[in-house]
Amino acid sequence: MKVLLAIQGDYIAPRFDLTTEVVIAVVNNGRLQGEPSTLLLSGASGEELCGLIVKEDISTLICGGIEESQYEYLVWKKLKVIDMVVGPCEQALQFYLEGGLEPGTILPGAADRKTK
Amino acid sequence: MDILRRIDFQRAIDTIQHGIAVLDSDLRILALNRYLEALSGFSAEAVQGIYFDYVIRSNLSQKTNGLRNVFEKDDPFVVEGDIIDHRRKKLPVRFTFSSLVDQSARQLGVMVIIEDISFLHNLDSKIHGKSVFEGLIGHSPQMQKVFDLLPVIARTEATALITGETGTGKDLVAEAIHNASPRAGQPFIKVNCGALPETLLESELFGHCRGAFTGADKDKPGMFRLANGGTIFLTEIGDLSLPLQVKLLTVLDDKAFFPLGGTKKVRVDVRVITATHRDLRELVGLKKFREDLFYRLNVLRLHLPPLREREGDIRLLIDYFLNKFNASMKRNIKGFDQASLGLLLEYAYPGNARELSNIVEYAVTVCQADRIGIDQLPAYLLTAGPRQVGRSLFNGKSGESAGSAEIVRAAVGAGLEQQEGWNEVEKRMIIEALVETRGKRAQAAKILGWGRSTLWRKLKQHGLA
Repeated sequence: MKVLLAIQGDYIAPRFDLTTEVVIAVVNNGRLQGEPSTLLLSGASGEELCGLIVKEDISTLICGGIEESQYEYLVWKKLKVIDMVVGPCEQALQFYLEGGLEPGTILPGAADRKTK
Repeated sequence: MDILRRIDFQRAIDTIQHGIAVLDSDLRILALNRYLEALSGFSAEAVQGIYFDYVIRSNLSQKTNGLRNVFEKDDPFVVEGDIIDHRRKKLPVRFTFSSLVDQSARQLGVMVIIEDISFLHNLDSKIHGKSVFEGLIGHSPQMQKVFDLLPVIARTEATALITGETGTGKDLVAEAIHNASPRAGQPFIKVNCGALPETLLESELFGHCRGAFTGADKDKPGMFRLANGGTIFLTEIGDLSLPLQVKLLTVLDDKAFFPLGGTKKVRVDVRVITATHRDLRELVGLKKFREDLFYRLNVLRLHLPPLREREGDIRLLIDYFLNKFNASMKRNIKGFDQASLGLLLEYAYPGNARELSNIVEYAVTVCQADRIGIDQLPAYLLTAGPRQVGRSLFNGKSGESAGSAEIVRAAVGAGLEQQEGWNEVEKRMIIEALVETRGKRAQAAKILGWGRSTLWRKLKQHGLA
């Protein structure tokens, strides 16, 4: 199954609707299959990203803040949505594979980001 | 001057009814006030040292071309934008950034004030002819009674109880009451009392102190504390365990409580709104709900009528949802053909407005023409028949079985005893599903559209376990 992470640089993007970069990973029985691929989007749009998620047959979305209407839509489309995640995307994927990622998780590396 | 140095800064900012964040020069969080903790859903302690926007989830980086540019602007710098709060609501806000400098004017950090300006946006909508209770749609006499009561309930501080079948809009009504009350702009915190086991729910509602139980490695504020100054909305209040009912009664009476594992009482100023689809009076009779709490909650009761009893509203809502989903999916579907419209107007909607919303959304998604026909409606509608026992496809908000159908057989109309309460209907549904699956609970749960833990809980409730 496929997992999509909405990212901003090396971190989970704080806003799903403003994301312009995503990572798609294929997972089987809790293990990563191959290298995750990164996709650059042509523009930021929550609606279009929802469309991409459905088209790519994604089963789990890991993201930051997502609006209720988009959240409900994806849940209705039988996706698992793990939102309000804060921290590095690599850690988010690792936690997810280990079964420890929940909505609102603040990852250990969340405070490591430097703006300068 | 000495007094200024001794002031408890955190306590001072906690009293301010706007969001306040203190950031270092890297825009990482040093402190948050209580208001912003409630808005973001994170405690200040948990987000210390984290880059501000990961927690606040604003659209500022889009508006200011990078938050670093904030420092190059005027000081203070004011900009309007929006954030996504912990309820997944997009809130229009006004940000005020001001530098924090030392005695030598050397910049140490930034203070950000975040004001919720959704009231101004609502006022703007009101001026342009919409209603302040937008989101609640209905022209029927039955809904008009509800709309007439809402401002009255909004103006008072009394505990309110909202009853009605699932999907009738209890959540919308609770939020509308809050937004029309003097507490609008303060936190609105929703807790589903049926979603968590008792021990977790107690911690969720009242917080816990470090060491209260295994795994409690830090203090947690709890939803009552996060709602301070605002409103707490407790849904599925009928599912609250008896010990927690006692604790809730104490909070309603004393406006104070002990967090789990705590020795210090916490005082709160919170307006309580509750909701349930259950018959609380019946639960009192079954000794599952305290009579004193029932009378305490029943002071202001608002009952939401089921959709099938709201004359003319089905047609109104069909048009409303069609417009809504046409806009969100960028479609241009003109309407429904006669056959599909007839079916929709005759259907019983055991899942009420939420079910109708999902049906229309489904139809708009699958329709390739400019009018929706019978083939574009969910298949179960064709077998349900008018005003009969029917299966409904609608998504409960619990998310526990993400996206799967919740099957509801409504006790309305021909073929069923009119006096049957929801309790009896639910019990019969469970028994029928278990018979169908020859006792296999996992399969029965799937048929009923519930998670296994929900089925287990309901088996216990109905004495079937």
